[in-house]
Order: sequence, then C-alpha cells, then structure tokens
Amino acid sequence: MLLDRHGFFEKRGLVLTVAILVVVAIGGVVEIAPLFWLESTIEKVRGVRPYSPLELAGRDIYIREGCYVCHSQMVRPLRDEVERYGHYSLAAESMYDHPHQWGSKRSGPDLARVGGKYSDNWHQQHLIDPRSLVPESVMPPYKFLDERALDYRQIEAKLKANRTVGVPYTDEMIEQAVLDLHTQVDPFHDNYDAFLARYPKAQVRDFDGDPRKITEMDAMIAYLQVLGTMVDFSTYQPEENYR
Amino acid sequence: MRKNTQSIAQAYDGRPDVIAIGAMLAVFSLAALFAAAKAVDPGMRIHAYMFLTAFLIAGYALGTLVYSGRKVDTSAYEMGIVKAGVAASTFWGIAGFLVGVIIAGQLAFPNILYFENLPFTSFGRLRPLHTSAVIFAFGGNVLLTTSFYVVQRTCRARLWGGLTPWFVFWGYNLFIVIAATGYLMGITQSKEYAEPEWYADLWLTIVWVAYLLVFLGTCLKRKEPHIYVANWFYLAFIVTVAMLHIVNNLAVPVSFAGTRSYSLFAGVQDALTQWWYGHNAVGFFLTAGFLAIMYYFIPKKADRPVFSYRLSIIHFWALIFIYIWAGPHHLHYTALPEWAQTLGMTFSIMLWMPSWGGMINGLMTLSGAWDKLRTDPVLRMMVVSVAFYGMSTFEGPLMAIRAVNSLSHYTDWTIGHVHSGALGWVGYISFGALYCLAPWLWNRRELYSKQLVEWHFWISTIGILLYITSMWVSGIMQGLMWRAYNEFGFLEYSFVESVEAMHPYYIIRLLGGLLYLTGAFIMAYNLWRTARGDVRVSEFQKRQTTGVVAAPAE
Repeated sequence: MLLDRHGFFEKRGLVLTVAILVVVAIGGVVEIAPLFWLESTIEKVRGVRPYSPLELAGRDIYIREGCYVCHSQMVRPLRDEVERYGHYSLAAESMYDHPHQWGSKRSGPDLARVGGKYSDNWHQQHLIDPRSLVPESVMPPYKFLDERALDYRQIEAKLKANRTVGVPYTDEMIEQAVLDLHTQVDPFHDNYDAFLARYPKAQVRDFDGDPRKITEMDAMIAYLQVLGTMVDFSTYQPEENYR
Repeated sequence: MRKNTQSIAQAYDGRPDVIAIGAMLAVFSLAALFAAAKAVDPGMRIHAYMFLTAFLIAGYALGTLVYSGRKVDTSAYEMGIVKAGVAASTFWGIAGFLVGVIIAGQLAFPNILYFENLPFTSFGRLRPLHTSAVIFAFGGNVLLTTSFYVVQRTCRARLWGGLTPWFVFWGYNLFIVIAATGYLMGITQSKEYAEPEWYADLWLTIVWVAYLLVFLGTCLKRKEPHIYVANWFYLAFIVTVAMLHIVNNLAVPVSFAGTRSYSLFAGVQDALTQWWYGHNAVGFFLTAGFLAIMYYFIPKKADRPVFSYRLSIIHFWALIFIYIWAGPHHLHYTALPEWAQTLGMTFSIMLWMPSWGGMINGLMTLSGAWDKLRTDPVLRMMVVSVAFYGMSTFEGPLMAIRAVNSLSHYTDWTIGHVHSGALGWVGYISFGALYCLAPWLWNRRELYSKQLVEWHFWISTIGILLYITSMWVSGIMQGLMWRAYNEFGFLEYSFVESVEAMHPYYIIRLLGGLLYLTGAFIMAYNLWRTARGDVRVSEFQKRQTTGVVAAPAE
C-alpha cells in the first residue's frame, strides 16, 4: 500500500521539506495567479482615478488608526446591503488601493459609499466625539485629528511609491503633489483648475472649518468624502461585466 | 570541538555560528544607526534605536559568553532555550489576554475606556496589538519552545547551529516588541495579522530562515531513522509560514529611512493574497504547529502510542494540501470573482475531513487510558483542547458556505468562532504543553499543584463558554437585524440599533475574557512554583498518605 512507502519521506528531511513546499504552493498558484491576468477580474468602469494627495494622506491616517478593524469597505450584492449602503462594490473601485481596505468586521457600518452621505461638519463632530451625535456608538474619539497639523513632508515620495506599485500617477502629479494638497483645502487657489484637471471631480473646500491650517482632520474628511463616489453609475453596464 | 578542551574560549573562536551572528549584529547595528540618523519619521527613529539597543546588548552578551570560556556540553540537549521559552510564552500569553480584556471592555464601556487625546489607547490600535500578542507572541513562543523541545527528543540530537537557536528566540521576541510598539504608534500596513511594516517583516524573514535552518539541521543530524510525525507538522508550519509571510508582505517602502510602505498588490488581488495569508496563518500557525504539539504531548502524557500511523499520514498531507485553498471564504459576495469564491468554499468544506481525521487521531490516542481524564487535569485540558478543535473545525466549514456566510460575515459570530479555536484549541493545547514541560525541564516529579490546574481548567472553561455563546447570540442577532425588513418593505433597523443590542453580550464576553485571564495567572503562579521546586504542602501530604498500602479508600 502507498501509505507503507511513506518512510521514504520520513527518512529524508530535505525531500520532505521540498514535498511540503510543492503541496502547499498549488492552491495559491491556482487561485491567486489567474487574478492577475484574467481581464474579467476587474470591471471596465469610468471615473476611478488615483487618490489626490490630500485623500491619500487621509487614507494613510485611516490605516494608521486601524479604522479597517471595525469598518468594512465592501458592499455585498445583497438586498439589505444595497439598500442600506448603496450600489454593491466593484473590484474596479479599489484597483488603486494599496493595500485594500475591504475589512472583515462591522463593529461600525460599512464605509465603502460613505462619501457625500454626511456633511463635513458632521464627520468632524463625529470624529471628535462620536457619542455626541450617536449616543449608542462604541467608536473611539479622535479629537487629536482636529488639533494635529498634517505632516505632508513625504507626500511626493508617497505618490512615487504608489506609482512604483502600479498607480498611474504622472510626473506632473508627483511634482505638484504639495501644491495640489494645498489647493484641495482652498477653493480660491490659483492652482484650482490645474488640480481639477489632474483629479477630476475632486472636492475642494476647507474640510475642517479652520482655513488657517491643514490638519489631519482635513485629510481624513477629504478621504471619507471621496469614498465610493468615483464611479459614474449612470454609465455603468453590469451586463458587460458578467464574470 | 572536543580537541580544544584546554581553552574553551578557543573553542568559540572558530565557531561559525558565533562568527556569523557577530558579523550580522555588526552589520545590522550599522544599518540601525544609519536609519536612526536619517529617520524621516519619529516612529522609525524610535524603532531604529530599539533595534540598535537590542543588537548592542546581544553583542555584549555574545562577547561575554566567548570570553567567559563557559563549557558547552555539545552532547547534551539544549534545554536552556526551552526553559526561556516557557517563561516567554507565559508572559506573552498574559499580556495578550490582558489586551484582549481591555479592548473587550472598550466595546462594552466606551465612555470609560477611551481617551480622546491618547491615540495609542484607541480600539483601532489596540486590536492588532491583541491579535498579534496572542497569535504571534504567545502562540509563536509556544511553537518555538515546543518545537525546540520536541525536535531534540524525537531526533535524539542537540539543536543544530550552536547559538543560532538563541538568535531565533531573541530575534523573534525582538520582532514582537517592534511590532507591538509599532501598533501603539500607529505603524501598520493594515493587513490583518500581517500589520508590521516592511522593516519588521524583513527582520522576521531573517529570523525565520534561521529557524528553518535550526529545525531542519536538527532533523538532518538525527539519530533516529525516521522523522517523527510531530516534526512533519512543525516543518510544514515553518515552511508554509515563510511562503505566506514573504508573498503577502511584498511592499515598496516610501523611504528606506521611513516606516511607511505600500503593498505591491491592490484591491481584489491584494484582498485574496491577504486572505490566502490570513486563513493559512490560522491553518499553519494556529493549526499545523499546534497539531505537532498534540502529536507529541498527548501520547507522552497519556503514555500511549498515537492511535493510527496511517491516519496521521493522511491527516498530514490532506490537511496541508487542502488548507491553502480555503482563503477565499473570507471574501464571499465581495468583488472577488465568483469562481474563486466557489473554489474556496468547496475546499473549506473538504477541509472538515482531514481536520476531524486529526481530531480522531488525537482523541483515540487515549484508548485504554481514558481513566486518566479523571485524575490528570493536564491531560484533560489537552483532550478538551482537541474537542474544541473538532468543534471549531466543524463550525468553520459551516460558516464557509456562501449562504451561511452571507449572515455570519462581518458579525461577532466570526469573532466567537475564532475564539473557540483560539481559547479552546490553541490556548488549551499550549497550556497543556507548558504544564508538561515545567516539571520535565526543571526535573520535578510533579507540578507544584494539580489542584491549581483544576482551578485553571474550570475557570477558563467557563470563560470560554461565556465568550463563545455570547458571540454566537450577538453575531447571529446582528446578522438578522441587518437583513430584517418591516411589513412595509423597509429595513427594520438602523445600524446603530444593532450596535445598541450588542451591549449585554459585550459585557458577558468581557466577563468570559476576564475568567480566561484569571486562569492564565493561576497557571503562571503554578509554573513558577514548579520551576522553583515547590510542592503544595496539602497535596504533598495527601500523596504521602494515599501512598501507604493501608490508606483508607477515598
């Protein structure tokens, strides 16, 4: 019987090691590798663009504070979820997310389409003291975001690193990163038109109500307000994307 | 080596392990110094100095050892490292459970346990600290410790590599400290159970390669003809975790003197890579490694051979082959292509069989020794652990079915499921191994107190039951509330109503966690007294009297 020949492996440590590696590699190769070359994996949609420098900075704060441990960003195509949160999430919507923020637990609601649902002011107050707006909430308070100046010294390098891993930031976007970041909190900035040409439909305003400085709160709200708003669903044809 | 008995210092002189580790410490110290000087963010500066301090202390210890000329008996087993590992495992266990209790408390009493101007106390930063502390700090140290013990005994060979095992032990614990302090400072790449940033990942890779070398090296110089089954599982755990760790952590750092990096993969590809990693962190770190513990410690403690050799062969290969495929069940109904979800679900259900095959092999090892469950609380703990393993590996495939998952996903049911595996299976088999190791390592006839093991067992079992039952109720309730419709066809509940409904269950869960933590403290005390060589007076006297032939029947 085959099982009686297992001694072959038991007497050869290196052979056993290689055999293990081969056996455990198969599943991953079959499941993951095709996602990189099957074109049907990511839908064709219009509107998804790389994050603006301010949104990217906000996203970094979102990651730093571990928001993903309680908030998913993945609306499933189930009736209640679509009614509660909006159109189900498309793979294309996170194609520039390095790494993804789909999450695994909803101690709080899904945030994939939170953009535009609440005012900046609501977000600000909610982040400062969640229970002042939602008494039953179990979310931690993030008052310090409102007080801390945003550290954007590395923003160019961050855009560059994102380009290295595949986000289509142009040379111009990288060179103008700091300027663009300033522009997004100032609607009267000279760079306004150029910024919007680079990041179409980006929202430009002072997000935290304090025009004197750019805070972490500005970045965080800018990120939250863009979530789920990029895809133009009036032109999206799900039939074209059956997988 | 034996030729140089005249001068032991000389014996160290030509030793490749001392030279390799010394050279590595020198190079890494320079790198750390460079990173500290050029650091672009405060987190990197702090971590560079921590690395530097650790390397300098290690260099000093290495130098002291070489010049002390301490004789190393290379024919004896290396048990010092196992002793250190028992202490480290106990320490990290308590630390990890404590953080778990704190964050459970935060969800139950947010008004009391959050501090608006102390970012490091927020749930988002402490939750990765809890998961990493219990999985990698506690679980990882238990695996290092037991594997170093088991591989030596079953191969009848001293650990390979001279001081390399010590490098692995301290290097791994340094990784833990870097990861943990990083989370508190907000340094994370946000991939669950793989949160440490690129430089910590690189350091772990080096340590892990050294671990593989030590383990494999010891297997290769064994004096037994066969490699014992427990070692297959340890080997699979080490090899697979290496593969998972490297692929899932591929990232491009923003600066070599900064903490932040961006994952190589994005969106859907990144999500599947992450859960391929995440699920197999469960499969290989928390299952294969601990099954190795089961295959050594249960037969040893029950004084019976493993139930079936053939079953263990099937168990091993089927488990490691099938586990790898199960990752996509974390992504049901997401933007992951459906074919991948279906593959993941199918293999998750198939996984039930090898899992239960292993459980049967562990449980049936007690044939002919079932009576020991009454008298030996340590063995009972390990057997209950295997029973929990069976329960959670039944629950897992159930939750991996798409229809079930549509309800259970994103809810506390998942948390409950994880904890029945973590507290019941991983925790109990680890406690059992630690209770076995303490008397064996310190040459004591018995543990300090069996009674305290009983207390530990019952207190933490009640804790586990409170934990998982409260999470079942709250999780299923959450899932049902989210999808509930009223008679007019509108959603019945707002999200926050489901949060409000969780409150009592979060308190019960907190209580369960507290009991489990209490049990761990009892264990720590018992282990410490055992290592000291104490025996509890009342139990000693009882043993004396019952040892007499004419002792009255109990």
